Amino acid sequence: MLAAILSLTILGALLGLALGIASRLLHVETPPVQAELEAMLPGTNCGQCGFPGCSGAAAALAEGSAPPTCCPPGGKALAAAIAEKLGLSLDLSSLTDEGPKLATIAEDLCIGCCRCLKSCPTDAILGAPKQIHNILKEACTGCAACVDHCPTEAVVMQPVPVTLQHWVMPKPLAA
Amino acid sequence: MGLMEKFFGLSWGIHPEDHKRPAADAATRTMPVPERLFVSLSQHIGAPARPAVLVGQQVKKGDKLADPQGAVSAAIHAPTSGTVTAIGEIPAPHPSGLPVLAITLESDGKDEWAELQGCPDPFALEPAEISRRVAAAGVVGLGGATFPAALKLSLSQKSRVSTLIMNGGECEPYLSCDDRLMRDEAAAIVDGIRLMLHATGASEALVGIEDNKPEAIAAMSEAARPYAEVRIRPVPARYPMGSEKQLILVLTGQEVPADGRPGDVGVVVHNVGTARAVHEAIRHGRPLVSRLVTVNGACVGQPGNIFVPVGALVEEVLAFAGGLKKTPERLIMGGPMMGMSLPHARVPVVKGTSGILALDAAQVADRAQEPCIRCASCVRACPIGLLPLEMARHIQVGDLKGAVGVGLKDCIACGCCAYVCPSHIPLVQYFAHAKGEMAAQERARLRAEATRKLAQARSERLEREAREKAELAARRKAERAAAAAAAASASPAVTEGAQA
Repeated sequence: MLAAILSLTILGALLGLALGIASRLLHVETPPVQAELEAMLPGTNCGQCGFPGCSGAAAALAEGSAPPTCCPPGGKALAAAIAEKLGLSLDLSSLTDEGPKLATIAEDLCIGCCRCLKSCPTDAILGAPKQIHNILKEACTGCAACVDHCPTEAVVMQPVPVTLQHWVMPKPLAA
Repeated sequence: MGLMEKFFGLSWGIHPEDHKRPAADAATRTMPVPERLFVSLSQHIGAPARPAVLVGQQVKKGDKLADPQGAVSAAIHAPTSGTVTAIGEIPAPHPSGLPVLAITLESDGKDEWAELQGCPDPFALEPAEISRRVAAAGVVGLGGATFPAALKLSLSQKSRVSTLIMNGGECEPYLSCDDRLMRDEAAAIVDGIRLMLHATGASEALVGIEDNKPEAIAAMSEAARPYAEVRIRPVPARYPMGSEKQLILVLTGQEVPADGRPGDVGVVVHNVGTARAVHEAIRHGRPLVSRLVTVNGACVGQPGNIFVPVGALVEEVLAFAGGLKKTPERLIMGGPMMGMSLPHARVPVVKGTSGILALDAAQVADRAQEPCIRCASCVRACPIGLLPLEMARHIQVGDLKGAVGVGLKDCIACGCCAYVCPSHIPLVQYFAHAKGEMAAQERARLRAEATRKLAQARSERLEREAREKAELAARRKAERAAAAAAAASASPAVTEGAQA
């Protein structure tokens, strides 16, 4: 009886030790990079990247099948952040960032059908049946999800106008 | 100040030819009010002011045209009497030439003041009341940064500063408006300084004046003689002595921490012109509607200092200053080192306009850029002790984070590095670009955060709606079932009754 208990205890302890050492030695580093990437993406699931939502894009980025520049609403800043996170070198100067665009509604074309506002991932469109809709500039991410839903082509993407507050001095030309 | 500097003098900065005279010695002139004034609503750091008048409204000189909007903002007043003819966009006095919202005021030629509420004994007022009146007069820092003066006064009262430093350095070449103001209106400035001491609760005021302005030092010393708390302190003429951090270092020996404010070392810095504006606002109740502007440069007919109503076009100011002798190579608002190059002369004078310079080709001296030879002249010139050449290298390849790592955020954009560069590299333009780009990225980040919250709120809302719908359907179903059950239980009774 005692021998059995003792031998099993020793066996258990030895196997446990071996497992412990193995788990330390053979530890596989799995960085939760996908979750981190997903947190960096806009989270609006607009689908402009061609992946199923932001989590899909994050998965593609993590496995390297998508370029860091895949997110149009994120723009240059996000591309740079993703490249840094993934340790990729990214030549931003070649990236033609035509600047963010926001959706606008042409008031003379809007028929108040409410189709666009249901498609907006950030609830940026205000409207009611048979009332002219409007877009809250601060909430629009420029994902263009609403454009295709408009039956009268009243929703148009327009570049954000440069204002005095947002003007950035152009970079001097290198010698 | 370091030991080395005590023995060997100041090592930072540059000593450009100052070009201040003869403009500084010419008598001050006052420009007559032009027919039309274009009063910009963004004349200060912070949110633009909100118009408080309607088109067609008659106003007197000093009536409020626009209210401050948000925490950091300033009121704007009518520079003359007349009619508001438009509220709309005009070209801004800014290198981009982008539009800015402005109130157009057509002068009635009378230049009649509104009823003003002066104060014969301002030292009996509460410090907070002085700040309030300064805010009501729309006074902003006249050294160039145009930070609302009242806000600075009340902040310094809260942070309990001990020393008020008055900036009479005026280290920018060509400019002499502060010099002229100190010579002509020393008594008003000293009174303004005493009012600011009262408002901030500081115990002493140090007036730093560069030693290339002996007349101003003499006039200010004379005016400050009766007041022991106001001390005139000549400082060596050296660019950028008029920078807040440099002046504090030279006058108190204390260095403002990298990401700190002057309040952290117990001081607050105001410009001498602001002191005069405070005097005018408190003693006479006059809001800030005009300022002394240096008009200088080789192309100006009669260079000098001119009192200009806010909103007058640069074109008209130049015409009053004897017109242009030749077509200027470059028009600059402010000083040549930190001022803004103007796209054209049809932009209005604002509260922060310290100078209008019409420079010819020889003064502009635009030279072709050459590669960096790593001579480190810029490192020696940098008053903050940064490595401009390294910062520019990072920015050239778009590595903003790297530039921040070597101190981009501490750069005061004084331009010393670009001035001394033997390869004529526009270093300070690189830094201005990088700072703008950083701000844009920060805005984009904040925006992305906000929209992510909105997207989450929407998905939560959709879930909640679906859940509520399901609950409602379940409840209806239950109700229907209950009704059916009730009907079923009632009908047997009926049948029982029928049987009975």
